[in-house]
Amino acid sequence: MDNIAGQKSTLTWVVHISVAVLVALWLFPTVGLFVSSFRTTDQIVTGGWWKALFPAEQNLTIRANGPDDQKQVNDLYVIEGQLFDDGSEAEISSWGISSRDINAFQPSETAELRRGGTITVDTIGNYRIENTVAFEGARGPRVFVTALTPPEFTLANYKHVLFSGTASDSMGAAFMATLTVTIPATIIPILVAAFAAYALAWMDFPGRALLIAFVVGLLVVPLQLALIPLLKLHLNIGIGKSYLGVWLAHTGFGLPLAIYLLRNYMVGLPRDIIENARVDGATEFQIFTKIILPLSFPALASFAIFQFLWTWNDLLVAKVFLIDATGQTTVMTNRIVEMLGTRGGDWEILATAAFVSISVPLVVFFSMQRYLVRGLLAGSVK
Amino acid sequence: MHPAILGIITIAVGVGGCVGYFYASNLFLDKVLYPASGPNAGRNINRANQIRPWLFLFPAFFALSLYLAYPVFETLRLSLLDTRSNNEFIGLGNYTQMFGEPKFWESMRNNALWLLVVPAASTGFGLLAAQLTDRIGWGGVAKSLIFMPMAISLVGASVIWKLVYDARPIEQEQIGVLNALYIWFGGTEPQTWLTIPFWNSFFLMIVLIWIQTGFAMVILSAALRGIPEETIEAAIVDGAGPFQIFFKIKVPQIKTTILVVWTTITIAVLKVFDIVFAMTNGQWETQVLANYMFDKLFRANDWGMGSASAMIIMLLVTPILVWNVRNARNEMK
Repeated sequence: MDNIAGQKSTLTWVVHISVAVLVALWLFPTVGLFVSSFRTTDQIVTGGWWKALFPAEQNLTIRANGPDDQKQVNDLYVIEGQLFDDGSEAEISSWGISSRDINAFQPSETAELRRGGTITVDTIGNYRIENTVAFEGARGPRVFVTALTPPEFTLANYKHVLFSGTASDSMGAAFMATLTVTIPATIIPILVAAFAAYALAWMDFPGRALLIAFVVGLLVVPLQLALIPLLKLHLNIGIGKSYLGVWLAHTGFGLPLAIYLLRNYMVGLPRDIIENARVDGATEFQIFTKIILPLSFPALASFAIFQFLWTWNDLLVAKVFLIDATGQTTVMTNRIVEMLGTRGGDWEILATAAFVSISVPLVVFFSMQRYLVRGLLAGSVK
Repeated sequence: MHPAILGIITIAVGVGGCVGYFYASNLFLDKVLYPASGPNAGRNINRANQIRPWLFLFPAFFALSLYLAYPVFETLRLSLLDTRSNNEFIGLGNYTQMFGEPKFWESMRNNALWLLVVPAASTGFGLLAAQLTDRIGWGGVAKSLIFMPMAISLVGASVIWKLVYDARPIEQEQIGVLNALYIWFGGTEPQTWLTIPFWNSFFLMIVLIWIQTGFAMVILSAALRGIPEETIEAAIVDGAGPFQIFFKIKVPQIKTTILVVWTTITIAVLKVFDIVFAMTNGQWETQVLANYMFDKLFRANDWGMGSASAMIIMLLVTPILVWNVRNARNEMK
């Protein structure tokens, strides 16, 4: 028996380790973007995000103060200053004064400046420039330092993207546009679908099975087919590309799943309750609003989450039915795609913009996961 | 008007309109049209009950017909018209022209690749994750972390994976994990993964697999838990090993669920648009049907050809549609 027990425990370890590897693999890409959104441009370019948690060697180019700051000390003209921002704990390992040889000097060594005078830089970035004659010109010399900088994170990217971004990289307006699309597009189909689902679940009428089959069939009709005819329709009846158009489109596209989910759930409600209410003289409308709707809350919540995630994350429907040439109503997903094109290398902006858009669904996901799972289980056609 | 105010008004009008419609139409039916009183009370109640379902159904089915059913036929009609000039009927002209385009066949080939790889890989990883996480204490946490990409938009996922695939010149530090690993393992030149024809499609597929695995895992894990304990106990008593139990006892019992997961992901694959649009936009031989169609529609402004390519997607979905409808009907009997 020992043998079997031993075998079992190795197997358990294998399972633990495999799951850990799987989870790490699945989490790794997202964490990468998340970490990147808190780093400065310099940090992102000088090293992979996985090094962000450890001190990193960076090559920086910093301009020292110019002649305006010079002081006269005895016979010497002196400019003193600090290369790094306040609070920085960077440590210089070597430095230089020419871009061709950035590691020419060790900390505390003194270099001859090309325009006359000398410069000394110490380990923590204090520098002192001296000359016997006054400095002239507008700008100070450039200093190239190789420094070991401790991990540093900043909220500046979020501030920039949300509040102070220029037209091409602001997410504030796009966030509002997304919200404006999402909320009506989530609420309206629920109500419409709930009535239909009740009729399909608990009312008897000819053609019921056919209608259910119709809904099941529409469940898989690709959205792509609806784009051209509906855009034509919207343009013809004057809705054009607008919020109203995108709300209607999302409502239409969300209905099959809504009806299917809600009907499946309502069919499972106890028959006694409904029949007792009918015997007691309740009208169908009362049964629906007073009994069915409250009891169906879990199914309503599941669908609401689906529809919310789907409309929040949607790109295609918004592109076709909402976003016009003025770009006033650009949603976040579209903004991000534009940024991928125009600012493909600016990872601090991209990562932050993407995370602004991802954060809301993630919060919804983690807080309401239970309903999402239940909806998935009921919604996959069995 | 500010869109937010417009939104609130729309919610109010939409919700109020819906409730109002249902309430008023029911009231009209019961009080005016067929009142449940007077000499014909009994007959009236029956009549009202015959009509009522249609009142409940009307808004939903009107929207369904207009927004999903009608477009199928309208798209079919448009695909037979010459929308480039005077909307003349040209039969299969758009289709033959499309079949002559190399980009179309590239899309078909890529879609076929996607269809082979993504559902299989997602279902496989999902099954693995479901089986493994069910046996450990922190399985719930592990599950929700693997499931998490489901909440992330395809565009967001594209950004996430573009960072993974990022390439920098050799003399700089690599900031994309894949190139960093590649160099670390002795690669000489950083690769721009998304521009290597044929293989780049697989790098795009990874994004969708990453998203869909969580879905497959959740469904399959529920199915695995639904397997009667006795069958597994019996197998253990008979001396079956863990692999035998998994492949010979468990998998056969959840076969239908596996099929459902597979077809659901297949449909997602046929519609895949955002990933390709955001990451390569169909360049470097990564075009897929949905993006090809978008190209035809909004870049070439050729609605006829766009409709024709949409019909191809519809054609590919139809077998699954028929299968689903047939299953649903069988279940109801």
